[in-house]
Amino acid sequence: MFKKPKRKLYALIFVVPTFAAFVIGFIYPFIRGIYLSFFQFQIVSKTKFVGFDNYIRAFQDESFLRSFWFTLGFVVVSVILINVIAFFVAYALTLKIRGSNIFRTVFFMPNLIGGIILGYIWHQIFDGLLRNLDMPSLVTNETLGFWGLVILMCWQQAGYMMIIYIAGFQSVPADLYEAAKIDGANKGQLLTNVTLPMMMPSITICSFLTLTNSFKLFDQNLALTGGAPLVDGVWTTRMMALNIYKTFYGEGKAAKGTGQAEGVIFFLIVVVISLVQLYLTRRKEVQA
Amino acid sequence: MAMVKAVEPKYKKKQTAGMKFLTCLFAVVSVIYVMPVLIVVYNSFKANSDIATNLFALPNADTFYGIQNYIKGMTFGNYPFWEAALWSLMITVGGVVIILFCTSMAAWYIQRSNTIICKIIYFFCIFSMVVPFQMVMFTLSDTANSLKLVTPWGILLVYLGFGAGLAIFMFSGFVKSIPIEIEEAADVDGAGPLRTFFSVVLPIMKPTFISVAILETMWIWNDYLLPYLILDGKLYRTIPIHMQFLNGSYGQTDNGAIMALVVLSILPIVIFYFACQKYIIEGVVSGAVKG
Repeated sequence: MFKKPKRKLYALIFVVPTFAAFVIGFIYPFIRGIYLSFFQFQIVSKTKFVGFDNYIRAFQDESFLRSFWFTLGFVVVSVILINVIAFFVAYALTLKIRGSNIFRTVFFMPNLIGGIILGYIWHQIFDGLLRNLDMPSLVTNETLGFWGLVILMCWQQAGYMMIIYIAGFQSVPADLYEAAKIDGANKGQLLTNVTLPMMMPSITICSFLTLTNSFKLFDQNLALTGGAPLVDGVWTTRMMALNIYKTFYGEGKAAKGTGQAEGVIFFLIVVVISLVQLYLTRRKEVQA
Repeated sequence: MAMVKAVEPKYKKKQTAGMKFLTCLFAVVSVIYVMPVLIVVYNSFKANSDIATNLFALPNADTFYGIQNYIKGMTFGNYPFWEAALWSLMITVGGVVIILFCTSMAAWYIQRSNTIICKIIYFFCIFSMVVPFQMVMFTLSDTANSLKLVTPWGILLVYLGFGAGLAIFMFSGFVKSIPIEIEEAADVDGAGPLRTFFSVVLPIMKPTFISVAILETMWIWNDYLLPYLILDGKLYRTIPIHMQFLNGSYGQTDNGAIMALVVLSILPIVIFYFACQKYIIEGVVSGAVKG
Protein backbone atom coordinates (compact mmCIF):
# COMPACT_ATOMS: atom_id res chain seq x y z
CA MET A 1 0.00 0.00 0.00
CA PHE A 2 2.69 2.49 0.97
CA LYS A 3 5.25 2.44 -1.84
CA LYS A 4 8.74 3.80 -1.52
CA PRO A 5 8.73 7.19 -3.33
CA LYS A 6 5.74 8.66 -1.55
CA ARG A 7 6.00 6.73 1.71
CA LYS A 8 7.45 9.67 3.64
CA LEU A 9 4.70 12.00 2.47
CA TYR A 10 2.01 9.63 3.65
CA ALA A 11 3.76 9.04 6.95
CA LEU A 12 3.59 12.79 7.41
CA ILE A 13 -0.16 12.84 6.83
CA PHE A 14 -1.12 9.67 8.66
CA VAL A 15 1.22 9.25 11.59
CA VAL A 16 3.00 12.49 12.36
CA PRO A 17 0.10 14.43 13.98
CA THR A 18 -0.59 11.61 16.43
CA PHE A 19 3.07 10.89 16.95
CA ALA A 20 3.85 14.55 17.70
CA ALA A 21 1.07 14.67 20.28
CA PHE A 22 2.24 11.35 21.70
CA VAL A 23 5.75 12.74 22.13
CA ILE A 24 4.43 15.86 23.88
CA GLY A 25 1.86 14.02 25.97
CA PHE A 26 3.79 10.92 26.89
CA ILE A 27 7.28 10.09 25.59
CA TYR A 28 9.01 13.36 26.43
CA PRO A 29 7.42 13.75 29.90
CA PHE A 30 8.22 10.12 30.64
CA ILE A 31 11.91 10.33 29.73
CA ARG A 32 12.27 13.71 31.40
CA GLY A 33 10.57 12.29 34.48
CA ILE A 34 13.23 9.61 34.82
CA TYR A 35 15.95 12.19 34.19
CA LEU A 36 14.60 14.64 36.78
CA SER A 37 14.33 11.94 39.44
CA PHE A 38 18.13 12.27 39.84
CA PHE A 39 17.90 16.00 40.56
CA GLN A 40 16.64 18.08 43.43
CA PHE A 41 14.61 21.14 42.47
CA GLN A 42 11.73 23.45 43.26
CA ILE A 43 11.44 24.91 39.79
CA VAL A 44 12.75 23.13 36.71
CA SER A 45 15.13 25.91 35.74
CA LYS A 46 17.17 25.41 38.92
CA THR A 47 18.10 21.78 39.28
CA LYS A 48 20.89 20.20 41.27
CA PHE A 49 22.22 16.74 40.48
CA VAL A 50 21.97 14.49 43.53
CA GLY A 51 22.39 10.96 42.10
CA PHE A 52 20.33 8.37 43.90
CA ASP A 53 19.64 10.64 46.90
CA ASN A 54 15.98 11.09 45.92
CA TYR A 55 15.44 7.33 45.85
CA ILE A 56 17.14 6.88 49.21
CA ARG A 57 15.05 9.69 50.63
CA ALA A 58 11.86 8.17 49.20
CA PHE A 59 12.54 4.89 51.01
CA GLN A 60 13.17 6.78 54.24
CA ASP A 61 10.00 8.83 53.86
CA GLU A 62 7.52 7.44 56.36
CA SER A 63 4.42 8.70 54.55
CA PHE A 64 5.60 7.10 51.30
CA LEU A 65 6.16 3.71 52.95
CA ARG A 66 2.89 4.02 54.78
CA SER A 67 1.04 4.77 51.54
CA PHE A 68 2.69 1.76 49.92
CA TRP A 69 1.43 -0.68 52.57
CA PHE A 70 -2.00 0.96 52.63
CA THR A 71 -2.26 0.68 48.83
CA LEU A 72 -1.05 -2.93 48.86
CA GLY A 73 -3.66 -3.93 51.44
CA PHE A 74 -6.36 -2.11 49.53
CA VAL A 75 -5.35 -3.74 46.24
CA VAL A 76 -5.35 -7.28 47.68
CA VAL A 77 -8.76 -6.90 49.33
CA SER A 78 -10.47 -5.08 46.48
CA VAL A 79 -9.09 -7.25 43.64
CA ILE A 80 -10.29 -10.42 45.36
CA LEU A 81 -13.68 -9.01 46.38
CA ILE A 82 -14.46 -7.36 43.04
CA ASN A 83 -13.55 -10.42 40.98
CA VAL A 84 -15.36 -12.93 43.20
CA ILE A 85 -18.52 -10.79 43.30
CA ALA A 86 -18.44 -9.99 39.58
CA PHE A 87 -17.78 -13.63 38.63
CA PHE A 88 -20.72 -15.03 40.56
CA VAL A 89 -23.12 -12.25 39.63
CA ALA A 90 -22.21 -12.79 35.97
CA TYR A 91 -22.70 -16.55 36.41
CA ALA A 92 -26.14 -16.01 37.96
CA LEU A 93 -27.16 -13.55 35.24
CA THR A 94 -26.29 -16.01 32.46
CA LEU A 95 -28.63 -18.61 34.03
CA LYS A 96 -31.45 -16.96 32.07
CA ILE A 97 -33.27 -15.69 35.14
CA ARG A 98 -36.00 -13.13 34.65
CA GLY A 99 -34.88 -9.47 34.72
CA SER A 100 -31.22 -10.20 33.87
CA ASN A 101 -30.95 -7.27 31.48
CA ILE A 102 -32.29 -4.79 34.02
CA PHE A 103 -29.87 -6.03 36.68
CA ARG A 104 -26.98 -5.81 34.26
CA THR A 105 -27.92 -2.21 33.43
CA VAL A 106 -28.15 -1.23 37.10
CA PHE A 107 -24.89 -2.88 38.17
CA PHE A 108 -22.91 -1.23 35.39
CA MET A 109 -24.28 2.28 36.00
CA PRO A 110 -21.78 3.54 38.66
CA ASN A 111 -18.93 3.23 36.12
CA LEU A 112 -20.25 6.18 34.18
CA ILE A 113 -20.02 8.52 37.13
CA GLY A 114 -16.64 10.12 37.74
CA GLY A 115 -14.45 9.26 40.73
CA ILE A 116 -14.72 12.72 42.27
CA ILE A 117 -18.52 12.64 42.32
CA LEU A 118 -18.60 9.00 43.50
CA GLY A 119 -16.25 9.90 46.33
CA TYR A 120 -18.45 12.82 47.34
CA ILE A 121 -21.66 10.74 47.24
CA TRP A 122 -20.20 7.96 49.39
CA HIS A 123 -18.65 10.41 51.80
CA GLN A 124 -22.13 11.80 52.44
CA ILE A 125 -23.69 8.33 52.73
CA PHE A 126 -21.06 7.03 55.17
CA ASP A 127 -21.15 10.17 57.31
CA GLY A 128 -24.95 10.08 57.35
CA LEU A 129 -24.91 6.45 58.50
CA LEU A 130 -22.25 7.06 61.14
CA ARG A 131 -24.11 10.12 62.42
CA ASN A 132 -27.27 8.05 62.90
CA LEU A 133 -25.18 5.55 64.87
CA ASP A 134 -23.74 8.41 66.97
CA MET A 135 -20.28 7.73 65.62
CA PRO A 136 -17.73 10.27 64.41
CA SER A 137 -17.14 10.98 60.73
CA LEU A 138 -15.38 8.67 58.26
CA VAL A 139 -12.38 10.98 58.12
CA THR A 140 -11.54 10.46 61.80
CA ASN A 141 -10.91 6.73 61.65
CA GLU A 142 -8.34 4.93 59.54
CA THR A 143 -10.09 1.53 59.53
CA LEU A 144 -13.41 3.07 58.50
CA GLY A 145 -11.63 4.99 55.75
CA PHE A 146 -10.04 1.80 54.43
CA TRP A 147 -13.30 -0.14 54.29
CA GLY A 148 -15.16 2.87 52.94
CA LEU A 149 -12.73 2.94 50.04
CA VAL A 150 -13.11 -0.81 49.51
CA ILE A 151 -16.92 -0.58 49.47
CA LEU A 152 -16.82 2.35 47.04
CA MET A 153 -14.42 0.52 44.74
CA CYS A 154 -16.50 -2.71 44.77
CA TRP A 155 -19.68 -0.77 44.12
CA GLN A 156 -18.10 0.92 41.14
CA GLN A 157 -15.96 -1.78 39.55
CA ALA A 158 -17.98 -4.96 40.10
CA GLY A 159 -20.41 -3.99 37.34
CA TYR A 160 -17.64 -3.36 34.82
CA MET A 161 -15.98 -6.69 35.49
CA MET A 162 -19.37 -8.40 35.47
CA ILE A 163 -19.89 -7.25 31.86
CA ILE A 164 -16.58 -8.81 30.84
CA TYR A 165 -17.34 -12.06 32.70
CA ILE A 166 -20.79 -12.27 31.10
CA ALA A 167 -19.20 -12.04 27.65
CA GLY A 168 -16.78 -14.76 28.78
CA PHE A 169 -19.55 -17.09 29.95
CA GLN A 170 -21.43 -16.57 26.70
CA SER A 171 -18.39 -17.55 24.64
CA VAL A 172 -17.98 -20.97 26.29
CA PRO A 173 -19.21 -23.42 23.61
CA ALA A 174 -22.36 -25.24 24.69
CA ASP A 175 -21.18 -28.58 23.27
CA LEU A 176 -18.38 -28.67 25.86
CA TYR A 177 -21.05 -28.84 28.58
CA GLU A 178 -22.99 -31.44 26.62
CA ALA A 179 -19.92 -33.61 26.24
CA ALA A 180 -19.04 -33.29 29.92
CA LYS A 181 -22.60 -34.14 30.96
CA ILE A 182 -22.57 -37.27 28.78
CA ASP A 183 -19.33 -38.24 30.50
CA GLY A 184 -21.25 -38.00 33.79
CA ALA A 185 -19.87 -34.78 35.27
CA ASN A 186 -21.92 -33.21 38.08
CA LYS A 187 -22.52 -29.48 38.52
CA GLY A 188 -19.45 -28.91 40.68
CA GLN A 189 -17.24 -30.76 38.22
CA LEU A 190 -18.71 -28.74 35.34
CA LEU A 191 -17.75 -25.54 37.12
CA THR A 192 -14.18 -26.53 38.03
CA ASN A 193 -13.28 -28.58 34.94
CA VAL A 194 -15.15 -26.84 32.13
CA THR A 195 -16.24 -23.34 33.10
CA LEU A 196 -13.19 -22.21 35.07
CA PRO A 197 -10.53 -23.23 32.53
CA MET A 198 -12.58 -21.71 29.71
CA MET A 199 -13.02 -18.52 31.72
CA MET A 200 -9.29 -18.00 32.35
CA PRO A 201 -8.89 -15.35 29.59
CA SER A 202 -11.66 -13.28 31.20
CA ILE A 203 -10.13 -13.81 34.64
CA THR A 204 -6.77 -12.63 33.29
CA ILE A 205 -8.27 -9.45 31.86
CA CYS A 206 -10.43 -8.65 34.88
CA SER A 207 -7.69 -9.22 37.43
CA PHE A 208 -5.33 -7.11 35.33
CA LEU A 209 -7.86 -4.26 35.09
CA THR A 210 -8.82 -4.34 38.78
CA LEU A 211 -5.17 -4.61 39.83
CA THR A 212 -4.02 -1.59 37.82
CA ASN A 213 -7.17 0.45 38.57
CA SER A 214 -6.83 -0.15 42.31
CA PHE A 215 -3.12 0.64 42.32
CA LYS A 216 -3.58 3.87 40.40
CA LEU A 217 -6.69 4.96 42.34
CA PHE A 218 -6.64 8.71 42.91
CA ASP A 219 -9.95 10.56 42.40
CA GLN A 220 -11.99 8.39 44.77
CA ASN A 221 -9.27 8.53 47.41
CA LEU A 222 -9.06 12.32 47.18
CA ALA A 223 -12.82 12.89 47.34
CA LEU A 224 -13.68 10.23 49.95
CA THR A 225 -11.12 10.71 52.72
CA GLY A 226 -8.46 12.97 51.22
CA GLY A 227 -5.98 10.91 53.25
CA ALA A 228 -7.47 11.80 56.63
CA PRO A 229 -7.06 11.21 59.55
CA LEU A 230 -3.62 12.60 60.25
CA VAL A 231 -1.98 10.47 62.94
CA ASP A 232 1.50 11.30 64.28
CA GLY A 233 2.25 13.46 61.25
CA VAL A 234 1.29 10.77 58.72
CA TRP A 235 -1.87 10.81 56.60
CA THR A 236 -3.16 7.32 57.27
CA THR A 237 -5.52 6.68 54.33
CA ARG A 238 -3.42 8.15 51.56
CA MET A 239 -2.76 5.82 48.67
CA MET A 240 0.44 6.01 46.63
CA ALA A 241 -0.97 8.16 43.83
CA LEU A 242 -2.35 10.75 46.25
CA ASN A 243 0.82 10.68 48.35
CA ILE A 244 3.02 11.40 45.33
CA TYR A 245 0.67 14.20 44.29
CA LYS A 246 0.96 15.75 47.75
CA THR A 247 4.75 15.44 47.71
CA PHE A 248 4.73 17.50 44.52
CA TYR A 249 2.07 20.08 45.17
CA GLY A 250 1.23 19.96 48.85
CA GLU A 251 3.42 20.22 51.91
CA GLY A 252 7.24 20.14 51.77
CA LYS A 253 7.91 22.50 48.90
CA ALA A 254 11.52 21.51 48.31
CA ALA A 255 10.72 17.88 47.60
CA LYS A 256 9.85 17.83 43.88
CA GLY A 257 12.85 15.64 43.06
CA THR A 258 11.81 13.16 45.74
CA GLY A 259 8.27 13.22 44.36
CA GLN A 260 9.60 12.37 40.91
CA ALA A 261 11.67 9.50 42.31
CA GLU A 262 8.57 8.21 44.09
CA GLY A 263 6.73 8.45 40.76
CA VAL A 264 9.39 6.27 39.11
CA ILE A 265 9.22 3.73 41.95
CA PHE A 266 5.41 3.72 41.70
CA PHE A 267 5.65 3.10 37.96
CA LEU A 268 8.10 0.21 38.44
CA ILE A 269 5.89 -1.40 41.10
CA VAL A 270 2.79 -1.22 38.89
CA VAL A 271 4.64 -2.66 35.87
CA VAL A 272 6.30 -5.49 37.79
CA ILE A 273 3.14 -6.52 39.64
CA SER A 274 0.96 -6.46 36.52
CA LEU A 275 3.56 -8.47 34.55
CA VAL A 276 3.71 -11.08 37.33
CA GLN A 277 -0.09 -11.25 37.41
CA LEU A 278 -0.32 -11.63 33.61
CA TYR A 279 2.31 -14.39 33.71
CA LEU A 280 0.54 -16.27 36.50
CA THR A 281 -2.97 -16.18 35.02
CA ARG A 282 -1.94 -16.61 31.35
CA ARG A 283 -0.18 -19.84 32.34
CA LYS A 284 -3.53 -21.33 33.32
CA GLU A 285 -5.29 -20.46 30.05
CA VAL A 286 -6.27 -23.38 27.83
CA GLN A 287 -7.34 -23.80 24.22
CA ALA A 288 -10.85 -25.12 23.57
CA MET B 1 -15.19 -7.78 17.51
CA ALA B 2 -17.04 -9.60 20.25
CA MET B 3 -20.76 -9.16 19.99
CA VAL B 4 -22.61 -9.00 23.26
CA LYS B 5 -25.83 -10.90 23.17
CA ALA B 6 -28.75 -9.96 25.34
CA VAL B 7 -28.61 -12.07 28.47
CA GLU B 8 -32.27 -12.99 28.32
CA PRO B 9 -33.29 -15.58 25.74
CA LYS B 10 -35.85 -14.91 23.06
CA TYR B 11 -38.02 -17.74 24.30
CA LYS B 12 -39.30 -17.80 27.86
CA LYS B 13 -37.48 -20.52 29.68
CA LYS B 14 -39.38 -22.04 32.57
CA GLN B 15 -38.31 -20.36 35.79
CA THR B 16 -37.41 -22.85 38.52
CA ALA B 17 -37.80 -21.99 42.22
CA GLY B 18 -34.06 -21.30 42.47
CA MET B 19 -34.19 -18.91 39.55
CA LYS B 20 -37.18 -17.08 41.01
CA PHE B 21 -35.26 -16.71 44.25
CA LEU B 22 -32.30 -15.24 42.35
CA THR B 23 -34.59 -12.76 40.59
CA CYS B 24 -35.95 -11.58 43.95
CA LEU B 25 -32.48 -11.41 45.48
CA PHE B 26 -31.08 -9.35 42.60
CA ALA B 27 -34.13 -7.08 42.65
CA VAL B 28 -33.40 -6.23 46.29
CA VAL B 29 -29.67 -5.79 45.58
CA SER B 30 -30.46 -3.54 42.60
CA VAL B 31 -32.55 -1.24 44.77
CA ILE B 32 -29.73 -1.06 47.33
CA TYR B 33 -27.32 -0.45 44.46
CA VAL B 34 -29.03 2.68 43.19
CA MET B 35 -29.80 3.92 46.73
CA PRO B 36 -26.71 6.16 47.14
CA VAL B 37 -27.64 8.04 43.98
CA LEU B 38 -31.33 8.21 44.89
CA ILE B 39 -30.51 9.56 48.35
CA VAL B 40 -28.50 12.38 46.77
CA VAL B 41 -31.36 13.10 44.34
CA TYR B 42 -34.00 13.56 47.03
CA ASN B 43 -31.64 15.37 49.38
CA SER B 44 -31.04 17.97 46.69
CA PHE B 45 -34.59 19.14 47.49
CA LYS B 46 -33.81 19.64 51.21
CA ALA B 47 -32.11 22.58 52.91
CA ASN B 48 -28.49 22.15 54.00
CA SER B 49 -29.43 22.06 57.70
CA ASP B 50 -32.03 19.32 57.16
CA ILE B 51 -29.51 17.25 55.20
CA ALA B 52 -27.17 17.46 58.19
CA THR B 53 -29.92 16.40 60.65
CA ASN B 54 -30.94 13.24 58.84
CA LEU B 55 -29.59 12.35 55.44
CA PHE B 56 -31.94 9.41 54.95
CA ALA B 57 -35.27 11.12 55.65
CA LEU B 58 -37.34 11.91 52.59
CA PRO B 59 -38.22 15.58 52.15
CA ASN B 60 -41.60 16.37 53.74
CA ALA B 61 -43.76 19.50 53.91
CA ASP B 62 -41.41 21.07 56.48
CA THR B 63 -38.09 20.25 54.87
CA PHE B 64 -39.00 20.58 51.19
CA TYR B 65 -36.84 23.30 49.80
CA GLY B 66 -38.04 23.52 46.21
CA ILE B 67 -35.42 24.23 43.61
CA GLN B 68 -33.55 26.75 45.74
CA ASN B 69 -30.50 24.48 45.94
CA TYR B 70 -30.42 24.39 42.16
CA ILE B 71 -30.64 28.17 41.94
CA LYS B 72 -27.87 28.60 44.49
CA GLY B 73 -25.76 25.87 42.87
CA MET B 74 -25.66 27.71 39.56
CA THR B 75 -23.29 30.34 40.90
CA PHE B 76 -21.93 28.51 43.99
CA GLY B 77 -18.18 28.68 44.50
CA ASN B 78 -17.84 31.92 42.52
CA TYR B 79 -17.87 30.05 39.24
CA PRO B 80 -20.96 29.54 37.07
CA PHE B 81 -21.81 25.86 36.86
CA TRP B 82 -23.04 26.05 33.29
CA GLU B 83 -19.62 27.32 32.24
CA ALA B 84 -17.91 24.30 33.80
CA ALA B 85 -20.46 22.07 32.07
CA LEU B 86 -19.77 23.73 28.72
CA TRP B 87 -15.99 23.35 29.08
CA SER B 88 -16.46 19.70 30.04
CA LEU B 89 -18.63 19.15 26.98
CA MET B 90 -16.29 21.00 24.65
CA ILE B 91 -13.16 19.22 25.87
CA THR B 92 -14.81 15.80 25.79
CA VAL B 93 -16.30 16.18 22.31
CA GLY B 94 -13.21 17.88 20.89
CA GLY B 95 -10.84 15.40 22.48
CA VAL B 96 -12.76 12.34 21.32
CA VAL B 97 -13.15 13.63 17.75
CA ILE B 98 -9.45 14.43 17.46
CA ILE B 99 -8.44 11.10 18.97
CA LEU B 100 -10.71 9.15 16.62
CA PHE B 101 -9.62 11.02 13.53
CA CYS B 102 -5.86 11.06 14.11
CA THR B 103 -5.32 7.68 15.75
CA SER B 104 -7.40 5.69 13.26
CA MET B 105 -5.21 7.03 10.45
CA ALA B 106 -2.05 6.45 12.41
CA ALA B 107 -3.06 2.92 13.41
CA TRP B 108 -3.80 1.96 9.82
CA TYR B 109 -0.48 3.29 8.57
CA ILE B 110 1.44 1.66 11.43
CA GLN B 111 -0.20 -1.70 10.83
CA ARG B 112 0.10 -1.67 7.04
CA SER B 113 3.58 -0.26 6.54
CA ASN B 114 5.01 -2.35 9.38
CA THR B 115 8.50 -0.85 9.49
CA ILE B 116 10.78 -1.03 12.53
CA ILE B 117 9.93 2.54 13.52
CA CYS B 118 6.22 1.74 13.36
CA LYS B 119 6.74 -1.32 15.55
CA ILE B 120 8.57 0.81 18.11
CA ILE B 121 5.76 3.38 18.15
CA TYR B 122 3.23 0.57 18.60
CA PHE B 123 5.21 -0.84 21.51
CA PHE B 124 5.32 2.57 23.20
CA CYS B 125 1.56 2.90 22.78
CA ILE B 126 0.92 -0.32 24.69
CA PHE B 127 3.54 0.66 27.23
CA SER B 128 1.87 4.03 27.84
CA MET B 129 -1.33 2.30 29.00
CA VAL B 130 0.38 0.75 32.03
CA VAL B 131 2.29 3.84 33.19
CA PRO B 132 0.56 5.57 36.12
CA PHE B 133 -0.26 9.22 35.56
CA GLN B 134 1.71 10.31 38.66
CA MET B 135 4.91 9.23 36.95
CA VAL B 136 4.53 11.85 34.19
CA MET B 137 2.21 14.25 36.05
CA PHE B 138 4.74 16.95 36.85
CA THR B 139 6.78 16.86 33.65
CA LEU B 140 3.63 16.73 31.50
CA SER B 141 2.08 19.80 33.11
CA ASP B 142 5.43 21.57 32.88
CA THR B 143 5.70 20.73 29.17
CA ALA B 144 2.11 21.86 28.58
CA ASN B 145 2.89 25.10 30.39
CA SER B 146 5.93 25.95 28.31
CA LEU B 147 4.09 25.08 25.08
CA LYS B 148 1.15 27.30 26.20
CA LEU B 149 -1.32 24.42 26.08
CA VAL B 150 -3.13 25.64 29.20
CA THR B 151 -6.39 26.47 27.41
CA PRO B 152 -9.31 24.11 26.66
CA TRP B 153 -8.04 24.04 23.06
CA GLY B 154 -4.46 23.26 23.96
CA ILE B 155 -5.49 20.47 26.28
CA LEU B 156 -7.02 18.63 23.31
CA LEU B 157 -3.50 18.02 22.03
CA VAL B 158 -2.49 16.61 25.42
CA TYR B 159 -5.51 14.31 25.36
CA LEU B 160 -4.58 13.16 21.86
CA GLY B 161 -1.11 12.31 23.09
CA PHE B 162 -2.17 10.68 26.32
CA GLY B 163 -5.19 8.85 24.86
CA ALA B 164 -3.35 7.66 21.74
CA GLY B 165 -2.12 4.46 23.41
CA LEU B 166 -5.47 2.78 23.94
CA ALA B 167 -6.93 4.08 20.66
CA ILE B 168 -4.02 2.97 18.46
CA PHE B 169 -3.97 -0.37 20.22
CA MET B 170 -7.66 -0.99 19.56
CA PHE B 171 -7.62 0.29 15.96
CA SER B 172 -4.52 -1.74 15.13
CA GLY B 173 -6.11 -4.87 16.51
CA PHE B 174 -9.04 -4.32 14.18
CA VAL B 175 -6.94 -3.41 11.11
CA LYS B 176 -5.12 -6.74 11.51
CA SER B 177 -8.43 -8.53 10.95
CA ILE B 178 -9.28 -6.65 7.72
CA PRO B 179 -8.22 -8.68 4.64
CA ILE B 180 -5.54 -6.67 2.85
CA GLU B 181 -7.00 -7.77 -0.55
CA ILE B 182 -9.79 -5.20 -0.19
CA GLU B 183 -7.27 -2.39 0.04
CA GLU B 184 -5.14 -3.83 -2.74
CA ALA B 185 -8.20 -3.88 -4.98
CA ALA B 186 -8.81 -0.20 -4.24
CA ASP B 187 -5.15 0.46 -5.00
CA VAL B 188 -5.35 -1.33 -8.35
CA ASP B 189 -8.41 0.76 -9.20
CA GLY B 190 -6.24 3.81 -8.77
CA ALA B 191 -7.30 5.10 -5.35
CA GLY B 192 -4.33 6.48 -3.42
CA PRO B 193 -3.82 5.74 0.28
CA LEU B 194 -5.92 8.72 1.37
CA ARG B 195 -8.87 7.77 -0.79
CA THR B 196 -8.50 4.10 0.18
CA PHE B 197 -8.53 5.02 3.85
CA PHE B 198 -11.53 7.32 3.79
CA SER B 199 -13.76 5.40 1.41
CA VAL B 200 -12.77 1.78 2.06
CA VAL B 201 -11.08 1.31 5.45
CA LEU B 202 -13.00 3.89 7.49
CA PRO B 203 -16.48 2.40 6.84
CA ILE B 204 -15.19 -1.08 7.78
CA MET B 205 -13.77 0.26 11.05
CA LYS B 206 -17.09 1.70 12.24
CA PRO B 207 -17.67 -0.74 15.15
CA THR B 208 -14.21 -0.01 16.56
CA PHE B 209 -14.85 3.71 16.13
CA ILE B 210 -17.86 3.41 18.41
CA SER B 211 -15.97 1.36 21.00
CA VAL B 212 -13.03 3.74 21.11
CA ALA B 213 -15.38 6.74 21.24
CA ILE B 214 -17.24 5.27 24.23
CA LEU B 215 -14.10 4.42 26.21
CA GLU B 216 -12.41 7.77 25.55
CA THR B 217 -15.62 9.68 26.35
CA MET B 218 -15.96 7.91 29.72
CA TRP B 219 -12.33 8.76 30.46
CA ILE B 220 -12.19 12.42 29.40
CA TRP B 221 -15.60 13.43 30.77
CA ASN B 222 -14.71 12.13 34.24
CA ASP B 223 -11.01 13.01 34.22
CA TYR B 224 -9.96 15.20 37.10
CA LEU B 225 -6.22 15.46 37.67
CA LEU B 226 -5.02 16.07 34.11
CA PRO B 227 -7.24 19.11 33.38
CA TYR B 228 -6.78 20.32 36.96
CA LEU B 229 -3.00 20.45 36.55
CA ILE B 230 -2.98 21.77 33.00
CA LEU B 231 -5.84 24.25 32.71
CA ASP B 232 -5.67 27.70 34.23
CA GLY B 233 -8.06 27.09 37.15
CA LYS B 234 -9.24 30.68 37.50
CA LEU B 235 -10.54 30.79 33.95
CA TYR B 236 -11.40 27.24 33.03
CA ARG B 237 -12.96 24.52 35.16
CA THR B 238 -14.47 21.23 34.09
CA ILE B 239 -17.26 19.60 36.12
CA PRO B 240 -14.95 17.30 38.15
CA ILE B 241 -12.61 20.22 38.94
CA HIS B 242 -15.55 22.38 40.00
CA MET B 243 -17.07 19.64 42.18
CA GLN B 244 -13.80 18.91 43.96
CA PHE B 245 -13.31 22.64 44.54
CA LEU B 246 -16.74 22.91 46.16
CA ASN B 247 -16.27 19.74 48.18
CA GLY B 248 -12.79 20.73 49.33
CA SER B 249 -13.63 24.22 50.55
CA TYR B 250 -14.26 23.01 54.07
CA GLY B 251 -16.09 25.21 56.55
CA GLN B 252 -18.49 26.79 54.11
CA THR B 253 -19.63 23.66 52.30
CA ASP B 254 -23.29 23.79 51.35
CA ASN B 255 -24.28 20.17 50.75
CA GLY B 256 -27.69 21.17 49.42
CA ALA B 257 -26.17 23.17 46.60
CA ILE B 258 -23.48 20.55 45.92
CA MET B 259 -26.05 17.75 45.74
CA ALA B 260 -28.13 19.77 43.29
CA LEU B 261 -25.03 20.06 41.11
CA VAL B 262 -24.28 16.34 41.51
CA VAL B 263 -27.77 15.61 40.18
CA LEU B 264 -27.23 17.98 37.25
CA SER B 265 -23.86 16.38 36.49
CA ILE B 266 -25.17 12.81 36.60
CA LEU B 267 -28.35 13.46 34.63
CA PRO B 268 -26.77 13.81 31.15
CA ILE B 269 -24.65 10.69 31.75
CA VAL B 270 -27.69 8.65 32.76
CA ILE B 271 -29.60 9.78 29.67
CA PHE B 272 -26.58 9.04 27.49
CA TYR B 273 -26.30 5.61 29.12
CA PHE B 274 -29.89 4.63 28.51
CA ALA B 275 -29.73 5.88 24.92
CA CYS B 276 -26.49 4.07 23.98
CA GLN B 277 -26.45 1.22 26.48
CA LYS B 278 -25.85 -1.45 23.86
CA TYR B 279 -22.85 0.36 22.40
CA ILE B 280 -21.41 1.20 25.80
CA ILE B 281 -21.45 -2.42 26.92
CA GLU B 282 -20.05 -3.62 23.59
CA GLY B 283 -17.37 -0.96 23.79
CA VAL B 284 -16.32 -2.08 27.26
CA VAL B 285 -16.16 -5.73 26.22
CA SER B 286 -14.19 -5.14 23.02
CA GLY B 287 -11.83 -2.77 24.82
CA ALA B 288 -11.18 -5.46 27.40
CA VAL B 289 -10.89 -8.39 25.00
CA LYS B 290 -8.25 -6.57 23.00
CA GLY B 291 -6.43 -5.82 26.25
